[in-house]
Amino acid sequence: MLSKAKLWLSLAFGALLMWSAGAHAAWELNMPRGVTQISRETYDLHMTIFWWMIAIGVVVFGVLFWSIINHRKSKGAQPATFHESTKVEIVWTLVPFLILIAMAIPATRVLTAAYDASESELDVQIIGYQWRWEYRYMDDDPNAEEVSFFSSLATSREEISNSIDKGENYLLEVDNPLVIPSDTKVRFLMTAADVLHAWWVPEFAIKKDTIPGFINESWVIVEEPGIYRGQCAELCGMDHGFMPIEVHVLEPADFEAWYAEQQQQALQVAELTNAALSMDDAMAQGAEIYTRNCVACHQGNGQGMPPAFPAITGSAKATGDIGITMDTLVNGVPGTAMAAYGRQLNPIELASIITYVRNAFGNQTGDMVQPAEVNEFIVGGQ
Amino acid sequence: MSSAAIDHAHDHDHHHGPAKGITRWLFTTNHKDIGTLYLWFSFAMFLLGGTFALVIRAELFQPGLQFVDPNFFNQMTTMHGLVMVFGAVMPAFVGLANWMIPLMIGAPDMALPRMNNWSFWILPFAFLLMVSTLFMEGGGPNFGWTFYAPLSTTYAPDSVTYFIFAVHIMGASSIMGAINVIATILNMRAPGMTLMKMPLFVWTWLITAYLLIAVMPVLAGVVTMMLFDIHFGTSFFNAAGGGDPVLFQHLFWFFGHPEVYIMILPAFGIVSAIIPTFARKRLFGYDSMVYATASIAFLSFIVWAHHMFTVGMPLAGQLFFMYATMLIAVPTGVKVFNWVATMFRGAMTFETPMLFAIAFVVLFTIGGFTGVMLAITPADFQYHDTYFVVAHFHYVLVPGAVFSLMAAAYYWLPKWTGYMYDETLGKLHFWMSFVGVNLLFFPQHFLGLAGMPRRIPDYALQFANFNWISSVGAFLFGFSQLILLLVVIKCIRGGKKATAQVWEGAQGLEWTVPSPAPYHTFETPPDPSLIKAQ
Ligand code: HEM
Ligand SMILES: [Cu+2]
Repeated sequence: MLSKAKLWLSLAFGALLMWSAGAHAAWELNMPRGVTQISRETYDLHMTIFWWMIAIGVVVFGVLFWSIINHRKSKGAQPATFHESTKVEIVWTLVPFLILIAMAIPATRVLTAAYDASESELDVQIIGYQWRWEYRYMDDDPNAEEVSFFSSLATSREEISNSIDKGENYLLEVDNPLVIPSDTKVRFLMTAADVLHAWWVPEFAIKKDTIPGFINESWVIVEEPGIYRGQCAELCGMDHGFMPIEVHVLEPADFEAWYAEQQQQALQVAELTNAALSMDDAMAQGAEIYTRNCVACHQGNGQGMPPAFPAITGSAKATGDIGITMDTLVNGVPGTAMAAYGRQLNPIELASIITYVRNAFGNQTGDMVQPAEVNEFIVGGQ
Repeated sequence: MSSAAIDHAHDHDHHHGPAKGITRWLFTTNHKDIGTLYLWFSFAMFLLGGTFALVIRAELFQPGLQFVDPNFFNQMTTMHGLVMVFGAVMPAFVGLANWMIPLMIGAPDMALPRMNNWSFWILPFAFLLMVSTLFMEGGGPNFGWTFYAPLSTTYAPDSVTYFIFAVHIMGASSIMGAINVIATILNMRAPGMTLMKMPLFVWTWLITAYLLIAVMPVLAGVVTMMLFDIHFGTSFFNAAGGGDPVLFQHLFWFFGHPEVYIMILPAFGIVSAIIPTFARKRLFGYDSMVYATASIAFLSFIVWAHHMFTVGMPLAGQLFFMYATMLIAVPTGVKVFNWVATMFRGAMTFETPMLFAIAFVVLFTIGGFTGVMLAITPADFQYHDTYFVVAHFHYVLVPGAVFSLMAAAYYWLPKWTGYMYDETLGKLHFWMSFVGVNLLFFPQHFLGLAGMPRRIPDYALQFANFNWISSVGAFLFGFSQLILLLVVIKCIRGGKKATAQVWEGAQGLEWTVPSPAPYHTFETPPDPSLIKAQ
């Protein structure tokens, strides 16, 4: 029997080796050490408890296998008759207990440190949506132009459906990464707009649930500028696997420059909102926005997946009164997967996508809406 | 008067053998029949839940979406978890309890036989209801077996209502089963069968039954609150209406953590029966085994929030649940040490039940090790909701709970059928399962540590290798289970006649009755001299 098992094992491992020779992906076995003080301390805790477990395992499994090899009936072993010993029981209750106390002390220390979010130098609000993140920078100056943006998966649907080769950062890349300065205590204030999500970047050793109605705190001081990636870690519906996190950590001076530029852009959007949008521009930009935000449910051909995800083609909401199209896009359809895009897209983008769905996929209303009208709709309490 | 006496005698005769045909099974109040029904039902659910798992592993075989869309993928993970927990593992242990507890304590039947029939027969309807949701408009439950609100309320598919009723029925079935177990053990032990002489399987089931009675109502409560949120406009879990999504998790895990011990304590009992038999040596530390089981049961009520370390509890709460969780490893360790000490200096043989039992000890312990790692809260921030957790709980549940069930099936099959099973096939089943289960779940530790979240239908390229291996292991493990089906069918149809004793080293009342065990046993209590300390 044993030889059969060995045969299986060697077959399995043989296949494995052959296959891995041609493979490109990594064989990563362990947690990253990360780039913050807390992440390194977390890693050390992880390794300490791991080695304790290995040590206990070696002793327990050692005795077990030694007995299996030596105390078998086929070798003429005679069973002993002992069956209890209070002394031994006390020892193997106390020893693990002491080991656990030795573990609890550093764990308490690291946890306490990780919980101290005081004296942050920059606060960023993180909001989870089905299925993207929003980042809002909380400026000390209340009159400063607000910097806030949505961050969605940038991997193309073609890569996901295997019709083209997958890029290096497949499923871990976004359109607008979160940008923070290095060597700065950055505090994250986390919440969610619909269901639970969890914001997780392994290199920071931060994982926190974002919960509607609650604000959770976390913080980092990243020492190394660079690009760090993570994913949503709490099941949040259909596209839970497709809302990654990408963080660009810049030197503080570079961050300042980036931040100023963002404020500048925010100002520009405000100006453009009041300018006229042409039909061609609206359709071109609308197509892009559709691919990024709508394709998952309504599909590339606008036919949707009824009944859960209705078709755009011929839809009453897309071809009837333009106010209804606007309302659907801005406020979403509560209780369904149709999200409210009023905050996720700026008025120019909203005007484009509204115009697009009314004039694409066989819909030919021929009409359009201007950014200023959309803005009025939003500001005017809808 | 005399005619009544004759009638009665006639009646009595009639009850000695089983009824014929389907009514035997529909109306049966016999603990052995009901045990058999439970066992077959749970095996069917095991294959169904396994099929769902294979859909998941097929999709995860390679990066990219190949076979199913993400929404259906979520339905598969949800249904897999629910079917395995409530359909496969729990009913299988209830089936064993029905068959073995009366035989082990020298009782003629379960204390409440009609309720026993009822508690089984509502189960198929619960699962019919639940699985039928997969064919409904909008699809079945897709929010994970932990069904966190508001994904399972405001954002759920319409079929969630069927799911809620199915859970209610399962809960009722479990509670009835638990009441029956307690009533039987406390009232129907043969003279001389004192509490501290009971086999550990009986002890662990007694404690499990109390856990069930304590937590199933909490589960019923939480799904009822969901029902109200969905249909009657309440806001228990809806933040916009002043409710609290985190409250859902507290309630769920107050049920959920004891639930995981409900699935493992009877397994401890089985292994504590099998290891002494094949080591031909008394169980080491019987008393400490009983106390350890009781401590685990108690502690299991005060560790629930270790599933919620990332929800943002206050520091004091985090520390409390971290310490309590670490503490639960101590009695769990005591059990493992006792089993090893039982094998130490025994005279072991390695029939299939023993192979499964030894694999249980080793692989369950590996799951315990990762459990202790998960208890370390800062490290859990990294592990939580990744494949590391998936690996942890599958190690304790598959080569843990499920292997113990297989060990039990091989161990008691000769007593149930009167024939010895095919040892060669049994060993083949063991080795294929053993290799399969490790290929399947061991690499998942690496995936989790390297950063792969759980419950995703597609993943980044650096996770490709270990997912590939895991899927190969899944198919190996899955198809190996058909061998078990073959073994059981063969064994029912015939084979080498089993003796009453069956195993050379076996101890306990169940081995004093003939094989197969007659339809009625211990109608008169066994001779007290047969009852020995375990
Ligand atoms: C040494 C004893 C154990 C300890 C210290 C322990 C600890 C933990 C911890 C801390 C978690 C939460 C991980 C997370 O989500 O971040 C967890 C998850 C889990 N454990 Fe254990 N565990 C132990 C034994 C067991 C046993 C015996 C079982 C069942 C037979 C079990 C079943 C589970 C399950 C099902 C989950 C995850 C449920 C889910 O999120 O879907 N554990 N365990
Ligand atoms: Cu738990």
